[in-house]
Parts: sequence; C-alpha cells; structure tokens
Amino acid sequence: MATKVHMEALSPTMEEGRLVKWTKHEGDAVKSGDTLAEVETDKAIMELVARADGQLIKVVVPEGSTVPVGNVVAWIGKPGEKVDGAREDKPAPTPTMSPRAAAPAPSPAQSTPVTPPAATRVKASPLAKRMAKDAGVDLKLVQGSGPGGRVVKRDVERAPAAQAATAPASATPRTADRAPRTGVPYEDVPLTQIRKTIAKRLAASLGPVPHFFLTTEIDMERAAEAREALNKQLGEEGGGGGSGGGGKISFNDIIIKAVALALVHHRACNAWFQEDHIRYWNEVHIGMAVAIEDGLITPVIRNADLKSLSEIGAEARDLAGKARNRRLKPEEYTGSTFSVSNLGMFDIDQFTAVINPPEAGIVAIGTIAPKAVPDGDRVSVRRRLRLTMSCDHRVIDGATGAAFLKTLKQMLENPLAMLL
Amino acid sequence: MATLTYRDALNQALREEMQRDPNVFLMGEEVGVYQGAYKVSRGLLEEFGPQRIVDTPIAELGFAGIGVGAAMGGLRPVIEFMTWNFAVLALDQIVNSAAKMLYMSGGQIPMPIVFRGPNGAALQLSSQHSQAWESWLSHIPGLKVVAPATPADAKGLLKSAIRDNNPVIVLEGEMLYNIKGDVPDGEHIVPIGRADIKREGSDVTLVCHSKTLTVAVKAAEQLAEQNVSAEVLDLRSLRPLDEAAILESVAKTNRAVVVEEGWPHAGIGAQIVDLIQRGAFDDLDAPVQRVTQADVPMPYNKVLERAAKASPEKVVAAARRVLYLE
Repeated sequence: MATKVHMEALSPTMEEGRLVKWTKHEGDAVKSGDTLAEVETDKAIMELVARADGQLIKVVVPEGSTVPVGNVVAWIGKPGEKVDGAREDKPAPTPTMSPRAAAPAPSPAQSTPVTPPAATRVKASPLAKRMAKDAGVDLKLVQGSGPGGRVVKRDVERAPAAQAATAPASATPRTADRAPRTGVPYEDVPLTQIRKTIAKRLAASLGPVPHFFLTTEIDMERAAEAREALNKQLGEEGGGGGSGGGGKISFNDIIIKAVALALVHHRACNAWFQEDHIRYWNEVHIGMAVAIEDGLITPVIRNADLKSLSEIGAEARDLAGKARNRRLKPEEYTGSTFSVSNLGMFDIDQFTAVINPPEAGIVAIGTIAPKAVPDGDRVSVRRRLRLTMSCDHRVIDGATGAAFLKTLKQMLENPLAMLL
Repeated sequence: MATLTYRDALNQALREEMQRDPNVFLMGEEVGVYQGAYKVSRGLLEEFGPQRIVDTPIAELGFAGIGVGAAMGGLRPVIEFMTWNFAVLALDQIVNSAAKMLYMSGGQIPMPIVFRGPNGAALQLSSQHSQAWESWLSHIPGLKVVAPATPADAKGLLKSAIRDNNPVIVLEGEMLYNIKGDVPDGEHIVPIGRADIKREGSDVTLVCHSKTLTVAVKAAEQLAEQNVSAEVLDLRSLRPLDEAAILESVAKTNRAVVVEEGWPHAGIGAQIVDLIQRGAFDDLDAPVQRVTQADVPMPYNKVLERAAKASPEKVVAAARRVLYLE
C-alpha cells in the first residue's frame, strides 16, 4: 500500500504552504526522514520530510503550487506500484508567478473534494499531552517532530510557554527596484504567505491595540566612543577573526542590550496583553525586526539582558542571516517579550513602529547623526539618536513608558551604567 | 565472592541444595556418569551417589512423569533436559500434571519440582534445536518460569526454584554456560519474580532476559556513544513478572524496547508491551518497540542465522526509533 505524503503544518500558524521545490523526484528512493521538498510557510522555507520508506512513486503537486495543510502532495510506495491519480485536494492549487510553475501538467483524473484534514486533531504522545497540560502549553501551537507530525516530549520541552508572536512593525517597502517600462500598466503579484500573515497580524494590531507614542532624543556620543574602543580592542584580540571584522559590535547590539537591561528595571513594560490578564515576563527576550526580501520577521534574542555585547552581536548576525535566507525555525522567531525595530541604516530620522502583539511595546530606532546641540553657552556637534517607543495603553501608561525610556536614555548616554 | 562460570554457579547451587535437603535429587539424560551434557552436574554423582544423581533413558515424557510422581510423594526432584527442544516431548507431564496438581487436588498435593536445561538458539543447530520456549511455558498458570542471565542470578534463582513448593522452569543457555561472573559464596538467594536493573539509564528502557541481556548491554554501550542513556532491565523471572520494576523504569525513561530470543507472535515481549500500555500510558512518549527472532524457523546457514537473531544493531535501531532519532 502506498503512503500519502501530506502538506504538513510546518509552523504553528500555517494553514497552507507553497511548494517551492521538489528535492526528490518521481522514481527516487526515499527513506523516512529524507527531505522531499522545500515548502514556503507563512514564516519561512521549511523542509517537508518523508514519513515512510520506499520510492517517490508519484508527485501530484507541481512546484510553485500553494496547497492547504493536509492535502496529498505525493505518494511513497513500492517501485511500479500504482496509485489512483486522484488529487484528493480541497481547492485546486494556485500556481504563483514562479516561471517554473508556468505550465503544471494537469493530473489525469480531476480532483474530487475530500473531507478537509482534521486540523484540530493534534497527534501527540501520551507523555507530551500530560506535560503540555501540566505546563499550560497549547498543543495546537506546538510543532510536532515525530512521525506524521506527532508532538513528542522534546517538542513540548522546546515550546515557549505561550503562543507565538508574529510579524511586527515598520515594513521596509520592497519597491526599491525600478519598474520596467514594458507597456504593461501594472503587474499583479500574488500575496506570498508571509505577506498574508503580515497583513493579518498588523491589521489585528493597529485596530484593536490602542497605541500611543513617546519620542526622545538620545546623545550617542559616549556610546559611539565606547563602541569604537571596544571594536578596537576586539580587532586587536581577534587577529585572524575572519572576513572584514565580522565580529564587531554595532549600535544595534548596544541598543538591544540597553533595552533588555532597561526592561529588567521596568518589568511593567516587559509584558504581554492576554485576553483576560497581563503576563509580566521575568525573562527578557528581544524581538529584532529584520527586513527580508518581501517582508519582515522578528527573530528573537533570548535572555538578551544576560548576554554580552559580542554574544548579542554574533546572535543577531546569525539570526538576521537566517531570516534573509528564510531558514529561521519557529522557535527562533517566536516568544519575544519586547521588540526593537531599526531603520537607522535607511537614514530615517524618526518613525513609529507597530506593536507586535501580544507584546506591549516596541522601540523604533532612527539614524544616528551629528547634530548641533547647545553645550552651556556654546554649540557643539554631537552624534544624536531619535528613538520612539510605541506602547499598548492597555498595559503601559504614559508615565510608565516614560520612566522606562528615561532609564534607557541614561544607559545609552552613559554606557557604563549598563555595568551597574 | 568467587568468579565462576554460569555452569559452575548452577553446579554450586545444586550441590549446596542437595547438601542442605536430602529430599533433593537430580534426574535426566547423562547427568551421572557423563556428568551432564554441559557438565553442570560435574562431581555430583561422586558426592551424592546414584540414588540421588539418576541417569535416565532417552525418554523425556517418562522421566518427567517419574519426577512428578516423586514430587507428589514428597521428594524435591530436579529434572534436567538436555535441551528444552527435547522437553517438548515432556510437555504433557509439565503442563497437564505438574502445573495442575495443586489446583486439581484442591490444594492437597504440592508440586515442588524443577525442570531445567538450556533454552533458545546456540550456533548452527538449525530449526528444531534452536528454539526459545519461554512464551509457551510462561503461558501456563501453575508454572513459574525463570531465565537467569548471569552466573550469580543462575545460582540464586536455581536455589529459589529448588526451595519453591511449585513447579519452576529454569531456562538456561548453551551460550551462557561459559560466561563468567562474580558469584556470592554459600547462601545466595535471588527471589523469583524480581527483575534487576543491570545498567542504569535515563532515555530508554531496554527490557531483556537470559541471552538477550548481552545483546541489550552491547546496544546500551553503542547508544552511549551516541549520547543516549539506555537503562537495561533484566527480567530474570518471566512468571511471575516484576511488573512494578518495568513500570517504574518506563516512568523514568518514557520509552521502551523489549528484546527477546523468541518469535514475535504472542511472544514475551507482547506481554510486556501490554503491561506498559496499560500501566504506563501517560508516561509513554513513543510506541514500544520489540526486537525478536525473525518470524521464521531458525536457519542453519550461519549468515541467515545471524540475520534472524536479535542483535545489538537491531536494538540500537529500535531505541533510536522510540527516541525519534530516525
């Protein structure tokens, strides 16, 4: 009997996936655990793996198709084994712009509607169920790593205590490319999975979340001096530390560290708004908005308050690289308690970021630029940063947010304060 | 404490029990003059004489029946079968007489008898002489079944078997007789119905008995190299079964692989799996896996025989499956 290969839920919120690429092809021998295809979820490109041994005898979904979770995408069986060509799909797959998907060969038999997959039934080992219950983890939000997506002990252990946060603030516009003048007035581009999620999430934020904004200007002169000194020291120590001083500390790293430390002193801002309660976090996990080709995502630097600047820098670079390659794992972009969005590199003086629910706050970082500022009765030129905090008023009040910003400002203006 | 072979540990148990109780006697093919097909009874004829070390004709049903009669008369016979493959001929006496006597006599006639001999496959003895009978024997109410894997357990369990007032089956192993181990001197008793953790671990429980202890220990060593901590639980007694020990270990590791020499269908492992799924359901992180002999008569061909037997590699693979490592 041939085994069906289903589109699996590869992220906690995935409802459909786009089959980017088949890494195995009809006739290839496959073993349980082998990667069959790359699938674009609403967050990242994930691997769809075989759950059976045998031969990939039939591929029923062409590359580029978008397929609901639970639908059959291929069959694994014995060589020569026949499977009925029926697609067993819900809606027909929608080919996207990908040129490779231009002409998917239609399968012989037309699709017959089949009962939708039991999306609500979570397969979990008895132990995983018991552990989830004890820990208050919602199994529906846990990615199962066992056969057929079964949630097992290790998955519950890795699950963050509550559900995922998703895409946040300040999308970088994608339209940097100049539009070609081909005579066609416009181009319709289907929404990618991540674009759909961003739309859903942001609409769910600005609508119901009552935002207010606090802006402050911070003198970064001493932080800049400290950074230069640190990087000089790192350069001397590092010696052959790889290409072009990749291990250097950036302003972003310093800001993440300062935000994390300030949150330790202002737990009221390190919180999640939940339907009937507010969860104040004792741990500090900073979400870091990263622009990617057609959207953005917030990988998480966990326990950023406990990490050194060089640890934060290394982790941030690693996560940003993974984000851009769409290789972030769900546990790498969920569970942040507060976020930072930085558009300084785009020469933006100041902006407001949209809160990443259920978090209660986000800080938006503008560019660090030299400015003339009064200095006693003289005017001196100093590097300055404008920073805006967005607060969820259901959690944070004006004075609460202002107190947090004051601490943050002190830390950045006097980096030694971070050592206190 | 002395280092003894499994065979000498059994010999020590027999000698000490015969010295201790004049009603104990040994009967079977070649046990006297030849001193046992596997030399378990070496020196016993010389010490105890032909009345207590009794050579029999090749007639398993007959001498098993004589043993049953002797036990009914108040003696404590130890019946040696040259192998359990030959004891199939005596099953009527074992199952229909020995196992039922106390019950059918309304508790009037106890049956203090031991049936012992090598069980399971050795090397290239082919289908008829390479069989593991424990699931047949453990099936029968009225019998106790033990399967020691080490010299110390062999001594301690044989002594318990001889002192028990019920028929006890002692499953030994041709491939076990030469293994060596520390054996406590003198009064060393291993109670029937008590399993033993032979190696502690935290990630998966390997349930085994008799010859599969070696298989499980080797598997545990290989797993340790892969950073998997396997607990090796030696059942020692198959009936009664130490259910508490099995459940306790699975509650700790959340995963189990059951290893046995016999065939899969209705095997000992099936009984263990049944126990675990009922008694440790909420502790399980994966379906229990079994490693058994292949479901075929044992091949004579050396390569096929090796392929048919439970092996450390098969146990490692099964352990990795319950750990979701493949």
